Amino acid sequence: MTLAVVGEQKQPRRRARRGADETVGVTSGGWFVKITIAVVVLIWMVPAVGVLVTSFRTEAVSNRTGWWTMFAHPFRTSEWTLQNYREALGTGGFKSAFLNSLAVAIPSTVIPIVIAAFAAYAFSWMSFRGRHVMFVLVVGLMVVPLQMALIPILRLYTSGASLGGLRVFPDLELNGTFLGIWLAHTGFGLPLATYLLRNYIGSLPSSIIESAQIDGADHFTIFWRLVVPLSVPALAAFAIFQFLWVWNDLLVAYVFLGGTRDTRVITIALANLVGSRGENWYLLTSAAFISMALPLVVFFSLQRYFVRGLTAGSVKG
Amino acid sequence: MSETVKPPVLQRIDHRTATAVRVIGVVAAIFAFGFLGTRMLDFLRDDDANRLLVVLSAILLGVVGVFVVFWAMDQVVDWLPKKIREGARPYVFVGPAIVILSVFLIYPVINTMLISLRDANGQDFVGADNYRFVFTNHSMLRALRNTAGWVIIVPLIAVSVGLGFATLADRLRRGEAVAKSLIFLPMAISFVGAAVTFRLIYSYRPSGFGTNIGLLNGIWQGLGNEPVAWLSQQPWNNLFLMVIMVWMQTGFAMVVLSSAIKAIPTEIIEAARIDGASEWRIFRYVTVPSILPTIVVVTTYMVINAMKVFDIVFVMGNAETNGTEVVAERMIRWYFISNHDGRAAAIAVVLFLAVIPVMVWNVRKFRQQEAMR
Repeated sequence: MTLAVVGEQKQPRRRARRGADETVGVTSGGWFVKITIAVVVLIWMVPAVGVLVTSFRTEAVSNRTGWWTMFAHPFRTSEWTLQNYREALGTGGFKSAFLNSLAVAIPSTVIPIVIAAFAAYAFSWMSFRGRHVMFVLVVGLMVVPLQMALIPILRLYTSGASLGGLRVFPDLELNGTFLGIWLAHTGFGLPLATYLLRNYIGSLPSSIIESAQIDGADHFTIFWRLVVPLSVPALAAFAIFQFLWVWNDLLVAYVFLGGTRDTRVITIALANLVGSRGENWYLLTSAAFISMALPLVVFFSLQRYFVRGLTAGSVKG
Repeated sequence: MSETVKPPVLQRIDHRTATAVRVIGVVAAIFAFGFLGTRMLDFLRDDDANRLLVVLSAILLGVVGVFVVFWAMDQVVDWLPKKIREGARPYVFVGPAIVILSVFLIYPVINTMLISLRDANGQDFVGADNYRFVFTNHSMLRALRNTAGWVIIVPLIAVSVGLGFATLADRLRRGEAVAKSLIFLPMAISFVGAAVTFRLIYSYRPSGFGTNIGLLNGIWQGLGNEPVAWLSQQPWNNLFLMVIMVWMQTGFAMVVLSSAIKAIPTEIIEAARIDGASEWRIFRYVTVPSILPTIVVVTTYMVINAMKVFDIVFVMGNAETNGTEVVAERMIRWYFISNHDGRAAAIAVVLFLAVIPVMVWNVRKFRQQEAMR
């Protein structure tokens, strides 16, 4: 089902703008269309604007009046402040939470991509026993809800696993460590990454690969010097999808990293803040905005890849 | 693989030195990496270490580490006897992926099913007790009912609004891209962030406890009503939570459907227009049928997502008193707060069973595509 969506994305852009046929018949609905669009966009913007505005208002003011009242007197500077952000980043602990999120999200993005790219290359251009079966497995695992994996993996992390007295998985004390959550995210992201990259790498022209082989390049060289550079669009699309997925994730971080101040990621910190100081809006909104800042930067700077990544990654367990 | 002809003796020496250099290189790399890796892992666990350094070394270890592993394994394969060398190499490439999938998905799926038949600690066999609990407990039944609501209502609204918006935005002479990205924007933020955003909208203070700073109560009071605690109005509070997910996911439906709409050949629409079809009829009998496959895909995606909704309900808190429980949220409650592994596992299995049709459908579709290749 993912393939169908990706296919749609790959189709050539048919027309950038209707221009010509607008004059044929659609002139009547012009105002209706514009107003409806404007109203919907406005409704969609209101929640985010509320957070943004409140995050810059002083504690006393935001506690006393609704944020929309500021439109009556937007230039009353005594009501504006940066102190909220200072407090959230400092005593609120959101600076270290931000760094922890980076430490979780970057390797959790790169590791599955590297592993999936090697696997995708093998599935596309190498022949070996069990190739088809293994790939069907990958396709099947794509929609497994990750709730199915939480309990057993946490058990592996805290006490290892043994089979009839034989230790098959050592007790690595991975619970609460970065390595533990990287591996978990790698496992959950891998089926989709392998599937997408295999579709892309498999559609590269075979003549390129074959001529490199004739020139004496081994598989590792072909993969690293030829296939990876050619697959940058697919790699970037998945990278953005996975990065945002991990950055915005609460569940996996809650289970494997927990809420201690040293390791908690930004979503956990925010969720805890809601629990402990749910009505301190000056702090909640600035903290929320800190957590959204990076995804929004990614969104605005890499919008094309972002859309491609999200639509490609639409089905994930 | 050099093809220049050399005396056999020289060839042998070349070969030997090359092998020796390779062996030393790989062994040194493995040791160095192992040493650095363990050091870094210790460092990562050190609470007093500088946070920025910890983060940087974590990133370095995670990023460089995987690549080194693959490179070293490939080198190891090069020493194997020629006969089996190329037969073994594919397994080096797919091996790590298969191992990780086995440990982190296949084994857990089986293990969770087994745990779901056991008691709170996952020790004693209790038969179908946990499943009986899932389908008789009051709170669980409410969770199942609410999740059914999420699964029907969220995709329905998000896809309809997304489709309508995509169709209308397609008519805009300019500003289409801006309008679309503003609707799409909430997709970038986390469920937790979105939950905070909407808590501000639903915020409530009883009269006498200060001004209501929530937008909804602001409007409600502006219309001359008493303030309302929106998030405890059963069963409507479920709808208020669903709004959050609709807000986040409509943009996704809209973007995907919009690209499908743009792929409809202009000639068909123009032909319909020349024949005098109204805009509504064009939408109903040309646009919708042409993009139906995409609508199905987007809806399925939304259904799966709505089924697993967790963060929104969890962050809003008090699910039990407010009657807003959902299945995935119950699972975490039973696992972490009530420490009942068996019940948590049974709840997870229920979720898993619900996605199996999609799984089968995916595999079947993949098979068809392979057959056509």
